[in-house]
Amino acid sequence: MQVEIEKHPEWMIVRLGEPRVDAHNSDALKERFQKLLESGEKRLLVDLSQVRFIDSSGLGALLSGYKNANLHQGTLALAGLQPRVKEMFELTRLNRVFEVYSSVDEAIGKQS
Amino acid sequence: MSDIEVDILVPNQTRYLSLIGSIGEAIGRELDRYQGDREALAYHLNLVLTEALANAIRHAHCADVHKTVRVEIHVDPDCLCIKVHDQGQGFDLKALPEMPPDPCFEHGRGLFLIRCLMDEVEYQRGVDGNVLVMKKRLG
Repeated sequence: MQVEIEKHPEWMIVRLGEPRVDAHNSDALKERFQKLLESGEKRLLVDLSQVRFIDSSGLGALLSGYKNANLHQGTLALAGLQPRVKEMFELTRLNRVFEVYSSVDEAIGKQS
Repeated sequence: MSDIEVDILVPNQTRYLSLIGSIGEAIGRELDRYQGDREALAYHLNLVLTEALANAIRHAHCADVHKTVRVEIHVDPDCLCIKVHDQGQGFDLKALPEMPPDPCFEHGRGLFLIRCLMDEVEYQRGVDGNVLVMKKRLG
């Protein structure tokens, strides 16, 4: 799983560099969230703008990160969902769980 | 477009999900007889193939790399039918709830999504193996 991490005053931005998040790479993503949270990061913003495909395992990895962040008194938000990816969140009603921003810029703007 | 018949044996490894999903997506894009949004159909076929194959690999075949999964795709004038075969213990599809899983659960959305996106879904259990049959009407 290609991931770029960028520190911002309000968020730790996690940019996913893969076009697909599925059962093949979702465990690696879950572990990445786990490590970031264990290292003390509390506010993760996952940039999904490069992800054009997500399956139920990918949704599960993001949900795992969200629950884990809550356990660490933190949060995990999403940004930059492409329309088909957004549809998967809507079908499963997980759009009601996550804080979702149209882009990383919007998330950063909201915090400043 | 004339009828399409695809019959593939896929190694039991999740690294092939993308390949098989993309075959479904490419077929979806070519279905000019489909009256709806073809780009959406293409994505949905990628998704249902990915979900069904992942279930067979991980749950039915317990990630045993020596096994294979047979995937069939058949397109006729009115219907697209996908069959994903497994040699696992099988499960009762009718016993699974049709509502989305509780937002707290990290698993269990694959078959829910397949049911949302396809017109008919059934799981046939047999002594020589099981098959998940997913159909999409094209008319």
